Amino acid sequence: MNKIVAYLKSLLLWELIQGLRLTGKYLFSKKITVQYPDEKTPLSPRFRGLHALRRYPNGEERCIACKLCEAVCPALAITIEAGPRQDDGTRRTTRYEIDLFKCIFCGFCEESCPVDSIVETDIFEYHFEQRGEQIMDKQKLLAIGDKYEERIARNRMLDAKYR
Amino acid sequence: MLDAMNELLAGLPEPAGYLILTVAKILAIVLPIMIGVAYLTFAERKVIGYIQVRVGPNRVGPRGWLQPIADGVKLLFKETIVPTNANKFLFIIAPVLTFAPSIAAWAVVPFDDGLVLTDVDAGLLYILAITSVGVYGVIIAGWASNSKYALLGALRSAAQIVSYEIAMGFALVGVILAAGSLNLTTIVEGQSGSILHWYWLPLLPLFVIYFISGVAETNRAPFDVAEGESEIVAGFHVEYSAMTFSVFFLAEYANMILVSLLTALMFLGGWLSPFQGIPVLEDLFEPVPGIVWLLLKAGFFLFLYLWFRATFPRYRYDQIMRLGWKVFIPITIVWLLVVGVGVVAGIGPWFD
Repeated sequence: MNKIVAYLKSLLLWELIQGLRLTGKYLFSKKITVQYPDEKTPLSPRFRGLHALRRYPNGEERCIACKLCEAVCPALAITIEAGPRQDDGTRRTTRYEIDLFKCIFCGFCEESCPVDSIVETDIFEYHFEQRGEQIMDKQKLLAIGDKYEERIARNRMLDAKYR
Repeated sequence: MLDAMNELLAGLPEPAGYLILTVAKILAIVLPIMIGVAYLTFAERKVIGYIQVRVGPNRVGPRGWLQPIADGVKLLFKETIVPTNANKFLFIIAPVLTFAPSIAAWAVVPFDDGLVLTDVDAGLLYILAITSVGVYGVIIAGWASNSKYALLGALRSAAQIVSYEIAMGFALVGVILAAGSLNLTTIVEGQSGSILHWYWLPLLPLFVIYFISGVAETNRAPFDVAEGESEIVAGFHVEYSAMTFSVFFLAEYANMILVSLLTALMFLGGWLSPFQGIPVLEDLFEPVPGIVWLLLKAGFFLFLYLWFRATFPRYRYDQIMRLGWKVFIPITIVWLLVVGVGVVAGIGPWFD
């Protein structure tokens, strides 16, 4: 008896019709596509995007060339050279470079930083047009930090209570 | 308009006028087919997108309506690559061999009462013969490419089309039995009366088998082992690019439209209004031209094509063969007997 029922079901394309009904239902369901450049999804304050070097409110750069970020970086993307600064002799970086092709955006550099200098911003829409542009040197990183300081500070504040 | 043209051409010597008129008629059929093909690809991407909860192409032109034109222009300007050691002559002639029959078959398709290029008495036989030629294009393409994948795809497609042609032919025999004619116009006229007079009801199994065989014949999902992108890359047209590829593409979609139209003609009453024989509605829909009904019915089958593609995984090769030889052919033969008895006994309202 079961065999006959199974045979009839397969002959009458029962399962195929069930499948068609399911896909037919999806045809009319609400579409979930986000029209990207026109619409954007919300970003978490924890989003890890392009890097930046921050400054203190008085304009002094935070980085003290402790090289913890360089040490912790699993992709060896950070290169730091340090020395005393010309005018006041404080310990500063003479060279601070992140190779964005090596970087895996793990955020360890930010976590290891004792002075909250190196951070990952929520900027993810950037591109390189020339070979070599992917090496972010100190000037570029500081410029990003200056430009987006408000956003960076707000995101750190929002996330602070979970840390 | 046709009368005005006839008058205009009457001044010309007989053969020239006839030639110009025929060419104009052919263009009047082929151009809409080409536009239909272009927008069928667009509809396919949209429908499959919607079924997958996406929106499909919507960037080129308003709501994406210029997408098929952008695709066409892209294909036109790409380079046609002929592989080394390929047989150049056959390589180029193969797409033409697939494309020409898929267009030639339209010569006998009636779009409305009397609206047909050539009203051949053996119209159905002509269509069956012409569409079968298309498989040579596929086989030659596979062989001339000098590629393993292309050859495998061509062999699969040849075996599949030969198998399903039989089931398809038998389903058509049912229609011929019921209508008592090979002429497509007569077949549609035989279904006149009401929606229940159409042949889908007495020939229900043949109707289903014809359409499924049509899907297999056109190498469409779920019977697209000839393409089988997950196993043999793209089957018989791996080595084709640019125009040569787009000609294969055009042929496939023109065939889809043809099969849909034929199914509508032979089983769903062609250009006959579905409200025939219903008192008030019949008069209400009287001004609707027959071609609108025909295109609506064909459009339904085209939608089924897309719906199938979005729903079913590809059949395994042996399953395809089993379905064709062990399921469809026996069912059609049995049903042919049923129809034969019905015709002899004159069972109404179809066979009297």
